[in-house]
Amino acid sequence: MKRALRRVLPQIVTLAILMALTSVFFPQFLAVDYQGGRLSGPVVDVLKRGAPVALLAVGMTLVIATRGIDLSVGTVMAITGAAGAWAIASGWGVGPALLLALATGLVCGLWNGCLVAIIGIQPIVATLILMTSGRGIAQLITEGRILTFNDPAFSWLGSGSLAAVPVPIFIWVLTAIAFAALMRRTALGLLVEAIGINRSASALAGINAKVLLIAVYMASGLCAALAGIIATADIRGADANNAGLWLELDAILAVVIGGNSLLGGRFSIAASVLGAMIIQTIDTGILLSGFPSEYNLVIKAGLVLTVLVVQSPNMARHWFLLRRRAQRLREPAPVEGSAPR
Amino acid sequence: MLLSIRSLSKAFPGTKALDAVDFDLEAGEVHALLGENGAGKSTLIKCLTGAYRRDAGEIWLDGAQISPESTSQAQDLGIGTVYQEVNLLPNLTVAQNLTFGREPRRFGMIDGRAQTRMAEEMLRGYGLEIDVSRDLGFYSVAVQQVVAIARAVALSGKVLILDEPTASLDAAEVRMLFDVVRGLRDKGLGIVFVSHFLDQVFEICDRLTVLRNGRKITTERVAELNRLQLIEHMLGRELEDVTEHGAAKGSGDDQAQSRAEILHFEKIGRPGLVEPFDLSVREGEVIGLAGLLGSGRTESAELLFGVRSPATGSARDAEGAVAHGTPREAIRSGFGFAPEDRKTDGIIADLSVRENIILALQARRGWTRPIPRAEQNRLAQKYIDRLDIRTSDAEKAIGDLSGGNQQKVVLARWLAMNPRFLILDEPTRGIDVGAHAEILRLIRELTEAGMSVLVISSEFDELVAASDRIIVLRDRRHVRELTGSEVAADEIVRAIAGRPAEPATTMEATR
Repeated sequence: MKRALRRVLPQIVTLAILMALTSVFFPQFLAVDYQGGRLSGPVVDVLKRGAPVALLAVGMTLVIATRGIDLSVGTVMAITGAAGAWAIASGWGVGPALLLALATGLVCGLWNGCLVAIIGIQPIVATLILMTSGRGIAQLITEGRILTFNDPAFSWLGSGSLAAVPVPIFIWVLTAIAFAALMRRTALGLLVEAIGINRSASALAGINAKVLLIAVYMASGLCAALAGIIATADIRGADANNAGLWLELDAILAVVIGGNSLLGGRFSIAASVLGAMIIQTIDTGILLSGFPSEYNLVIKAGLVLTVLVVQSPNMARHWFLLRRRAQRLREPAPVEGSAPR
Repeated sequence: MLLSIRSLSKAFPGTKALDAVDFDLEAGEVHALLGENGAGKSTLIKCLTGAYRRDAGEIWLDGAQISPESTSQAQDLGIGTVYQEVNLLPNLTVAQNLTFGREPRRFGMIDGRAQTRMAEEMLRGYGLEIDVSRDLGFYSVAVQQVVAIARAVALSGKVLILDEPTASLDAAEVRMLFDVVRGLRDKGLGIVFVSHFLDQVFEICDRLTVLRNGRKITTERVAELNRLQLIEHMLGRELEDVTEHGAAKGSGDDQAQSRAEILHFEKIGRPGLVEPFDLSVREGEVIGLAGLLGSGRTESAELLFGVRSPATGSARDAEGAVAHGTPREAIRSGFGFAPEDRKTDGIIADLSVRENIILALQARRGWTRPIPRAEQNRLAQKYIDRLDIRTSDAEKAIGDLSGGNQQKVVLARWLAMNPRFLILDEPTRGIDVGAHAEILRLIRELTEAGMSVLVISSEFDELVAASDRIIVLRDRRHVRELTGSEVAADEIVRAIAGRPAEPATTMEATR
């Protein structure tokens, strides 16, 4: 437990600093209101709006841990959202519509997984296929227009609240906990890390790398489907062109800010979703701080760069040296033979 | 003299790849370049073709000193190379490949008909009846080799270097290739032939040069040399020395014969990899696998463990058929395999020692039944103590350990599975002397407990010390089995050479 906490400490510190920074420009940032049976305020807004990227980051973490990448998740959001909206609009009811959307996500993941694991296409290319062609599939489902629907139960998933907390927050937090538990309470986490670090040695040790790889891409598809459902439910309509647009890049960024290596191996889902919250805090913070909107992307880029530089392994050495120097300053005459820390 | 190299040297950080090597090639001869891994063959060829810059020495071609700085420059000078992996473009037609870079033009456009004519002209005399307008990839590797040779000869025309051209060809294809090579020799080309297959060297070559550890050992006429002498040159051992070693062995033979057979492999093979072989495994014995590089040692192990699935053959034990078509099946059947290349196929570098040890066990139990952490710690500690793995603790990443300790962890991974048949490919390569002896002792202990072990090693002395019997491979065939007093290094060398008194036949199990 202590180990797990130490793993996500840099992300927590970064998030705290960003929240403090935003509070300087927008003092009410940390204020939380209770109105009409639901919580509101900037922090609640960050948690809610960050839901799609956090969900995508959960699946992306697993894919990246296997040394892969899934560029199609933004598009899968559009496909699954369209499938769900179509089912609602066709009168299927909420339950079947949700099942259809989730199943669609799993099928998309299965497709990616087969291309990577069985045919052996490089992940970036394999998922690029669905990334580009998938929007066309979504457009076919929505017949080229924004497919709107009016179903209070479905839209509750995007804009409703449960025990005063917006529903999307429940969905992403529970999904992250469920996947983290699935990985760490079973041996899946170890096996996924093993194939990410050395697939050939893992196969020789008897790990079924193909099946695991397919499963991981399916998990990513499932997470994308959840994100797609939230996005669709939020606007009560499926927009094949814009739903989840570029979100795959935010998801990858979240995983990276979470300190996970793009070269695969060790991973932390908790750190990745914290990464997603860091991105959302930056986005929301810039808006609230009242900068002219044309500055948004530049400021975001600067902040992301700072976060990544501070967290980079090369900087870790400098931090260590700085800390030692500070320690020496505090204790002017170090005793001979004392431990450095 | 067509080509002559004088005291060529080339060093890489930490190693002297070539140390004042001389090499002569006459026009109209096929000259074999031989040596084990790391002998310096490829470095020499790369210096010749301009891929490397030499540090010192001279290269003379046709009486003029040359120093090629790129492969295309070497080609213009007259030195052409054909590699094992054909370096042509399979998605272009044969004609396009042959004329690539010097296509006949007409009004600035490529003249397709002239191109076809030119290609057919180039292939004349090679005995190939092929349609040059088809994609090169349509034809077999052997045909592609000949096309590559035709191109190299047309471009260069003086010296032709064939780098393991026969490695992926079958017997008929090799014959076809050799006809081509003889034709070119008779036309007056100087041909350098690199191969691991000694039979082929004796068949086609006029002279041979042996390199060892970056030095030239000898240049001889093939007709004046027998196999045994050649292998001694390559391995660098004086036969008298090794004879003494072998003498100590020999007792315990009866005991070995009386042990119960636990596994029997029949006609395991795969074309192009290893010819079908039989293998019987008895309880608690060490089987050694000996042979030169490329003789099919590792390939045999890979077929047994299902790393590559056998095309023919079956395995059985007392209870019936044993599945070993994939590593997972082999593991379920109670096999273990510590591969030759520890870094790429053995360790999971970023995982801890503990995780590396329990990995195979966990994979067999399935992901739904994780090994409890306390049990993992117990297993890790048990093997760290038993194998004396030097690590600060079980949570250290295995990549930070020394080679010998990494090897011990890989061994521990399999011992935790308690396999009945453990395959160790070069278990002592690249590890220090202390760990070396410990691993040999461990093999003994394991067999005393009833485990059967198959050991592959290029160190014949080590093999002799460890094994109850030794199977010798030559040119991808299991040619002999040494038992009892025959288990000696000089016998291995003789078997590899194919002692004339004893015709080399495919080994017929052990009965």
